[in-house]
Amino acid sequence: MKFVGVTSCPTGIAHTYMAAEALEVAAREAGHEMVVETQGSAGSEPLDPALIAAADGVIFAHDLEVNDRGRFAGKPTIDVGVKKAISDGPGLIALAVAAVEEWRANPSLAAAAAAAPAGRAGGLATKVDNTASTATKIRQWLMTGVSYMIPFVAAGGILIAISFMLAQVALGENGAIEIVKYSLTATGDTASYNIAQNFDPLSLTSWAALLFVMGAASFGFLVPILSAFIAFAIADRPGIVPGLVGGSIAATMGAGFLGGIATGFLGGFVARWVSRWKVHKGVRGVMPVVVIPLLSTLITAGLFITVLGRPIKGLTDGLTSWLNGLSGANLAILGLILGAMMGFDLGGPVNKVAYTFGTTGLAAAGAATDAPQLKVMAAVMAAGMVAPLAMALSTAVRPNLFTEPELENGKAAWLLGASFISEGAIPFAAADPVRIIVSSVIGSSITGALAMLFGTTLRAPHGGIWVLPLIGKFALFLVALAVGVLVMATIVIALKSREKGQIEATRAVATV
Amino acid sequence: MSLITTDQVVLGLDAADRHAATRQLAQALVTSGRCTDLETFLDDVRKREEQMATGLPGGIGIPHARSTAITEPSLVFGRATQGIDWGAEDGPATLIFLIAAPEGGGQEHMKILAALARKLMRSEFRQSLQEAPDAETVVQIVDREVVNP
Repeated sequence: MKFVGVTSCPTGIAHTYMAAEALEVAAREAGHEMVVETQGSAGSEPLDPALIAAADGVIFAHDLEVNDRGRFAGKPTIDVGVKKAISDGPGLIALAVAAVEEWRANPSLAAAAAAAPAGRAGGLATKVDNTASTATKIRQWLMTGVSYMIPFVAAGGILIAISFMLAQVALGENGAIEIVKYSLTATGDTASYNIAQNFDPLSLTSWAALLFVMGAASFGFLVPILSAFIAFAIADRPGIVPGLVGGSIAATMGAGFLGGIATGFLGGFVARWVSRWKVHKGVRGVMPVVVIPLLSTLITAGLFITVLGRPIKGLTDGLTSWLNGLSGANLAILGLILGAMMGFDLGGPVNKVAYTFGTTGLAAAGAATDAPQLKVMAAVMAAGMVAPLAMALSTAVRPNLFTEPELENGKAAWLLGASFISEGAIPFAAADPVRIIVSSVIGSSITGALAMLFGTTLRAPHGGIWVLPLIGKFALFLVALAVGVLVMATIVIALKSREKGQIEATRAVATV
Repeated sequence: MSLITTDQVVLGLDAADRHAATRQLAQALVTSGRCTDLETFLDDVRKREEQMATGLPGGIGIPHARSTAITEPSLVFGRATQGIDWGAEDGPATLIFLIAAPEGGGQEHMKILAALARKLMRSEFRQSLQEAPDAETVVQIVDREVVNP
């Protein structure tokens, strides 16, 4: 017979490997084949999926959760603690052989397991090492969410940026303003903006609108996917439903990526907790399909809405009225504050308040060319372009400080930043919130203040460099932007180098 | 890189219990310069031991820990004159393997300990250590079987 297995232990340096050796030797001596995945500190080499597919049975000898357990679903499984394998490898092999024979004699067992939805996880992978320290694990959970989110950022951001470019060509300087009015659901007075019903293959505007609608749809998934895969990294498959639903609610409530991180952690821990309940045999069958998703979603989404709903609304209202009260204040200070808010949560509630403050003023400014509201809008947009551009610059200058997916995202961030799509910086901020947010707030607030001091103006609510003709004193606008970008990139590199330096210092000690 | 030196072999280990035995063995790591703080390391080993005793069938004890006080992956081998209770079901241990890993060590570092752990399951390996006449032979066996197989 052919067996596969997983071993793990709390420290990950001894029992994991002894158990693997014991099982492999015992299997060989009994005339079987067995390959064990050691989920320990020497790195876990995942089993070849073909090997798992070909296996007759599975042995888990573990003291930690088995990573990606779903890969092994639908096979007779022996599940014991790690010490059992060390003290009695041959006994476990005998048990596994008996289980396989029982399944062969009784095909309904196999059918039941195959039908269980916990089966066939596919190849979804996490970046989590169970033996790592808590701080490392938190970073690995975040990185798992970020790595699944990055393709959505790139796809959505590039679609929107191209849409702005095409709109600029098709509609002139107001292109980017017109194009965002398109949607798939517009009816009544705005029915002409319903791109699904009015798509004209010969119209460049239609193509731009099409790309914009698709890009926006992709962006709608950023927070839910981030949340879902943080929860997945924590709880494996049971985490996906509460993470995705919770993240979707966070996105709808405008809680931004910080809200998504919150629902990801909440969903992951709740799902892990519920899935570890010792339940009666009769209930066990419906745990994965009904009980775990139901309860974990109820708790995660329910808590988020009831506990955080009002504070988020309160924060938004409070900040809005505070900003309105500041209207008469020194413009440079207002620019500093608006810039800091734009850079803080990149599309979250604080950012939205500053942005809405800018666009509301735009309507009030009317046709005036030098109204303070136009300066506010310029400061807001310049500040919102800082974070993605600074991250793009940081990845280009110091690639060794970033992971491979981050470097890819860094390339797209040039285009996203230039198009005033702050979301381009979210993957970096979600992976390393403290360092990136601190740098972003400083860089963005400097740009906001400078844009105000220079007296730059803007008559468009968005568009980045694609609305350059609408920017007053655009050379100074670019100077303000460049200064903020340089400052933020410098701080990011300094903070990340220090972190890396510390890690390498401990490594260096370890190799002495 | 060597896992063990002659300083890290204690052939006439004589201790009242496993904590005293671990202390004696860990002292060897301080002597050989691989442990920067004895108490921190002993604390880490004790924590692991409290989760579950590391005694194994066949008279083996494998106290081990990852610790910030450890500078490189190391093994201390102790052969007790009288069995020391290490929590195994089948009786006291006479072959003690104290395994020390640096906290946050890279995967390459850990591979050598993984290889050591696998060897510990081989009865020939344990037998040869049981019969080794002196510290030099113990070091040679570990080097041959684990470090440069």
